[in-house]
Amino acid sequence: MSTGVEGNTGNAEPPAGQASPAELAARPARHRELAEGALLRGDGLVAGYVPGVDILTGCNFFLREGEIVGIIGPNGAGKSTLLKAMFGLLPVRGGTVALRDSDITAAKAHVLVTKGVGYVPQRNNVFPSLSIEENMQMGVYLRPKTFATRFEVVCSLFPLLGQRRKTKTGSLSGGERQMVAMGRALMMEPSVLLLDEPSAGLSPMLQDEVFVRIKKINAAGVSVIMVEQNARRCLQVCDRGYVLDQGRNAYTDTGSALLSDPKVVDLYLGTLAGSGETH
Amino acid sequence: MPADEAVRAALAGVAPEPGAAKPDPILVVDDVTRAFGGLKAVDVAHLEIQRGAITGLIGPNGAGKTTLFNLLTGFDRPGSGRWRFDGRPLHGLAPHRVARRGVVRTFQLTKALAKLSVLDNMRLGAPKQTGESFFGALLTPWGRQEKANTEKAHELLVRFQLDAKADDLAGSLSGGQRKLLEMARALMMDPTVIMLDEPMAGVNPALTESLLRHVKSLRDDGMTVVFVEHDMDVIRDISDWVVVMAQGTVIAEGPPEALSSNKDVVDAYLGAHHDRALEFDAEGNPIGETAELVTEMESVELGVDPSQTPTAQSVGLDRPDRGERT
Ligand SMILES: Nc1ncnc2c1ncn2[C@@H]1O[C@H](COP(=O)(O)OP(=O)(O)OP(=O)(O)O)[C@@H](O)[C@H]1O
Ligand SMILES: Nc1ncnc2c1ncn2[C@@H]1O[C@H](COP(=O)(O)OP(=O)(O)OP(=O)(O)O)[C@@H](O)[C@H]1O
Ligand SMILES: [Mg+2]
Ligand SMILES: [Mg+2]
Repeated sequence: MSTGVEGNTGNAEPPAGQASPAELAARPARHRELAEGALLRGDGLVAGYVPGVDILTGCNFFLREGEIVGIIGPNGAGKSTLLKAMFGLLPVRGGTVALRDSDITAAKAHVLVTKGVGYVPQRNNVFPSLSIEENMQMGVYLRPKTFATRFEVVCSLFPLLGQRRKTKTGSLSGGERQMVAMGRALMMEPSVLLLDEPSAGLSPMLQDEVFVRIKKINAAGVSVIMVEQNARRCLQVCDRGYVLDQGRNAYTDTGSALLSDPKVVDLYLGTLAGSGETH
Repeated sequence: MPADEAVRAALAGVAPEPGAAKPDPILVVDDVTRAFGGLKAVDVAHLEIQRGAITGLIGPNGAGKTTLFNLLTGFDRPGSGRWRFDGRPLHGLAPHRVARRGVVRTFQLTKALAKLSVLDNMRLGAPKQTGESFFGALLTPWGRQEKANTEKAHELLVRFQLDAKADDLAGSLSGGQRKLLEMARALMMDPTVIMLDEPMAGVNPALTESLLRHVKSLRDDGMTVVFVEHDMDVIRDISDWVVVMAQGTVIAEGPPEALSSNKDVVDAYLGAHHDRALEFDAEGNPIGETAELVTEMESVELGVDPSQTPTAQSVGLDRPDRGERT
């Protein structure tokens, strides 16, 4: 499952001399220094699904006001689990989650929505028996009066949602559903957005558009955490990135530093892409 | 000549145009249509898939790729049309019969049985020769077939980095792991033609590379592969030939190198910026070509030329709906 970062699986960390800056920054002490004053942070998170089996085994994470932060890593590393733990969908067994310095470790998802946190899950992220429009109404159920204006904003991002508003989302193609899921999260006008693989299933043109739009949403004041397997594109738009492996932080640095870190490229980004790309 | 070069050589003389005849087609599709309400999801006049080749199938969201897979594998009924596999008609057959003939597909929205273990999902994918054929039963006693299936399942699970998950319920897999199981399961059937619907979406880049090598080795052993994918690096790496769909029809065909110079393909699908890095300055403002992309997007949003949006191109009119899909 893991691509194997040896120093990261046990307690034995490589001596500081051999570790790259991105590896050092992923360690708890450095995290605590850097996370000071963050908008949203998770410290030493332990969480899992089955009793006795921890998926996150001490995960650290922070998001500053106005940032876009990316999370990448192997399949099964715990990226979606981390988002679920932050969003109150999974009980946290150890560590703390804080939003604007107030403890939200035990807060449930519906409470976080009222605090301006939006979340787009990786799977099953539309109500298939409802139309596009009804899905958007679900997104804004706390403030139904704002529906018309918000729907207009969302349609300017994804025109398809307006054009086919009466279509039942269960009949949409994979990529079309992804637009519905993103659109619904934006209906609430969140100040923090947690996105689990927003570009998955979209055509190359729409992938670029989604990343550029996330950048625009961010410029309009929304702080964003984004999990992606489209790792290069993700790191290109992110201020900072985390590499998660086996439920722990393996590397963290600016997006561009991670893109050029040979170890990160070798273990997580692969060599297929990038060769033809101009940076 | 190595198998991959032989395939490329065989396709070298094929005209790069929609519906082009192939030297040795294993699948031949004629006049296939499927409409949902007023929307023509699939309208393919003629399409040939070369035997032993990896054919990439690309196109905008909603182009009809999955619907075409559904039709060809019996999961959906066409409005009209016929298709032949190895010279024999395949249309009208139920999905399990199509699979038994050797045409196996995977689902974009994965279909593993959540309440069964990963290993049991794999075993269910295996052909049950013993139960199905009298001679098969004579040749392979029950136990031996079971054992062979289990061994094969384990081999595939190792390759797909799911071996540690063999005894876990499929419902507990991560998003990417589900994709991996979907493809591994299809390979249990030893298909003649495998049709993969976005098998690498959500699979991490490093593992994707190793799986692409595996798919090529299957091709080299004679398997025919049809591969739907939105990642152009993957398409360029793996395809011997590429078919491009938009609005239900085949709009282009050709070798992968020819894609980025085909204006129709760039306009309908790739966008002019697809192989450029996205670039922003320290304030987060787009710079260079990314700035051009943003300008284009904004002009579309302001309604300057709505026909240029991919979504407007790839969808029809608003229409009543026909219920959920398979
Ligand atoms: N509902 C569940 N019950 C039990 N185990 C689970 C459940 N969901 C996930 N897991 C396990 O937790 C681990 C982490 O899963 P998670 O979904 O967080 O991975 P991920 O990093 O998001 O992977 P991917 O890139 O494939 O989406 C995996 O080993 C997975 O099998
Ligand atoms: N059962 C259905 N009922 C109504 N419309 C449908 C149904 N199935 C597909 N469609 C529509 O037909 C069109 C083609 O869908 P299809 O799933 O084949 O696209 P696709 O090319 O696979 O797209 P993607 O790349 O997003 O997966 C889409 O506009 C979709 O909304
Ligand atoms: Mg995930
Ligand atoms: Mg599809």
